Amino acid sequence: MKAVCWMGANKMTVENVPDPRILNPRDAIVRITSTCICGSDLHLYNGFIPTMQQGDIMGHEFMGEVVETGSGVSQDKLKVGDRVVVPFTIACGRCFFCAQKLWSCCENSNPNSWMAEKMMGYSPSGLFGYTHMMGGYAGGQAQYARVPFADIGPLKIPQGIPDDKVVFLSDIFPTGYFGAVNCDIKPEDTVAIWGCGPVGQFAIRSAFMLGAERVIAIDRFGYRLQMAEQAGAETINYEHVDDVVQALKEMTANVGPDSCMDAVGMEAHGDNPMYALDRVKQAFKIETDRPIVLRQCIQACRKGGTVSVPGVYSGFADTIPMGAFMNKGLTMKTGQTHMMNYMQPLLQRIENGEIDPSFVISHRVPIDSAPEMYKTFRDKKENCTKVVLDPWATQAAA
Amino acid sequence: MNQINSNRNFSNAASNSSWQQSAPLIAGAALAVFGISRRSTPGLLLAAAGGALAYAGWRKNLPRQDEFLARGSVLINCSPEEAYSRYRKLEDLPTSMYHLKSVTKTGDRQYRWVALGPVGIPIQWDAEIVDDRQNEFISWRSLPGSQLTAAGSVRFEKAPGGRGTILTAITHFDHPAGNLGFAIAKLFGKDPSFLIRQDLRRFKSLIETGEIATIEGQTHGPRSLKGVAAKLADPDRPLARGPQATEILKEQRRTA
Repeated sequence: MKAVCWMGANKMTVENVPDPRILNPRDAIVRITSTCICGSDLHLYNGFIPTMQQGDIMGHEFMGEVVETGSGVSQDKLKVGDRVVVPFTIACGRCFFCAQKLWSCCENSNPNSWMAEKMMGYSPSGLFGYTHMMGGYAGGQAQYARVPFADIGPLKIPQGIPDDKVVFLSDIFPTGYFGAVNCDIKPEDTVAIWGCGPVGQFAIRSAFMLGAERVIAIDRFGYRLQMAEQAGAETINYEHVDDVVQALKEMTANVGPDSCMDAVGMEAHGDNPMYALDRVKQAFKIETDRPIVLRQCIQACRKGGTVSVPGVYSGFADTIPMGAFMNKGLTMKTGQTHMMNYMQPLLQRIENGEIDPSFVISHRVPIDSAPEMYKTFRDKKENCTKVVLDPWATQAAA
Repeated sequence: MNQINSNRNFSNAASNSSWQQSAPLIAGAALAVFGISRRSTPGLLLAAAGGALAYAGWRKNLPRQDEFLARGSVLINCSPEEAYSRYRKLEDLPTSMYHLKSVTKTGDRQYRWVALGPVGIPIQWDAEIVDDRQNEFISWRSLPGSQLTAAGSVRFEKAPGGRGTILTAITHFDHPAGNLGFAIAKLFGKDPSFLIRQDLRRFKSLIETGEIATIEGQTHGPRSLKGVAAKLADPDRPLARGPQATEILKEQRRTA
């Protein structure tokens, strides 16, 4: 089958690899119909997250049809022919953490948990196509994928809804929603969201769903800010203001947003000397993450407010304003999304017509074009917001 | 062997002794640095004394090549009854404990244990169960005349808050002679407590989920030499797994 493989930093290729097969009783094999490139894949593309290996298959946002199930998957849970969206986190459903619905903290799904323990103390769940530290599972930017614990994660999708509307239930829609849930929004609150990529876009819409009065969206790309405005957000282009924190003060009568969300993560951009210093430290691997946005979130948040961090951080970040965080009595909430809590309710909202997630798609291309699309997406060319790959279309047909 | 029977006292003793072992090293090093910084004759003498102390401390900290002690614990989302009964089927342990090749019943309370040494060399010992308190505690020790002296215990305790069972295992080997000693040092030089913890983690997974998560045998693109080296250097992966363990696991998967 065809698969997008990580062959080193800045090097993705489409390779012909053996088809996946069942390895454990609760596995299933899915024939993929739609798969996407995620903003978090760019951290791997740029080579900033350790424990990738040459030949790793990328991708954690995919859906398709079940073509094989292991002996341990009960037929009333999942059977051949079911159309499913596969969540990017893998959960066993039986450990203490799964029982608490903290699915992305599953104890049993990461076979390399000892690697993550070295960096994080304890290991989160396994993820598809996202480093060996997170399990080393082959990802879904391919024609087929093996899905472990298939009786827990995959969400069945009724026929009749197009892939484009539901494929983002695999990650970015629930992740944006979880980011908004973590903002602890009270009726008529003001929420500031850094990053208007796909997760930010869903976070903006989710914040309104959860009762926010105002959402202030921050980015540097006009086309992304426009998309935020279409959802009813006010916007700040941080390249057009001297200081984002000051701009937010002015917009909130010197109170500050009730909650601040970092939907950017470890590769944030900025235009001050601190940003330049972070780039240097990251280049020399003195720090793994550039917390430019996280610092601003903590500075900007109103006293007693909440900072929500759906943006990906991988290791260590410097100069976090802990004084502000402590003295203002802030709360920080974060985590990989506990997918299984949100997939079904959000599918319901899609079916009810409350939201059509396909608005984020800017590019639909055959899988063979994935290597160029990684570059286009990273460099934000062609107004790229979201790339959906068709694993079966051929280059000629494009 | 009394120490094995009461693991709580034992763990205190272990943490004390590790501190006592490090203290001369740290104090010696501090003295040496202080002494050198004085740039005077008494300072130099002080530094020399400190250096000697640190050296002695360091020598003492070198792991003894002829013994090892491993201790690990896991939280399992099941009752102590279930954890005990699964563990008590000692013959099945190699399914989840990759560093065991086989456990065979040889008598009433007697078993032959075969562990995997470096490059697949098996290390074996005969042991008997000394204490067996249902749903609570199992301890065993090697029989006289066995290839090596070994003892171990496993404790099953109900976790607070309805979180299941805390399983704590301790294994201790002593004075194996000659080549065997070397082999054991190699096998467990990796860090015995890490190995036991990984094996217990798999034991837990098998109980909780009916399987052990793996990527062994999954598809991938072209690997580099670096990737192959990383796999060989994986501390959680014995170089050779016994065919018996593989068979048991296959059987388990068929019946699951």
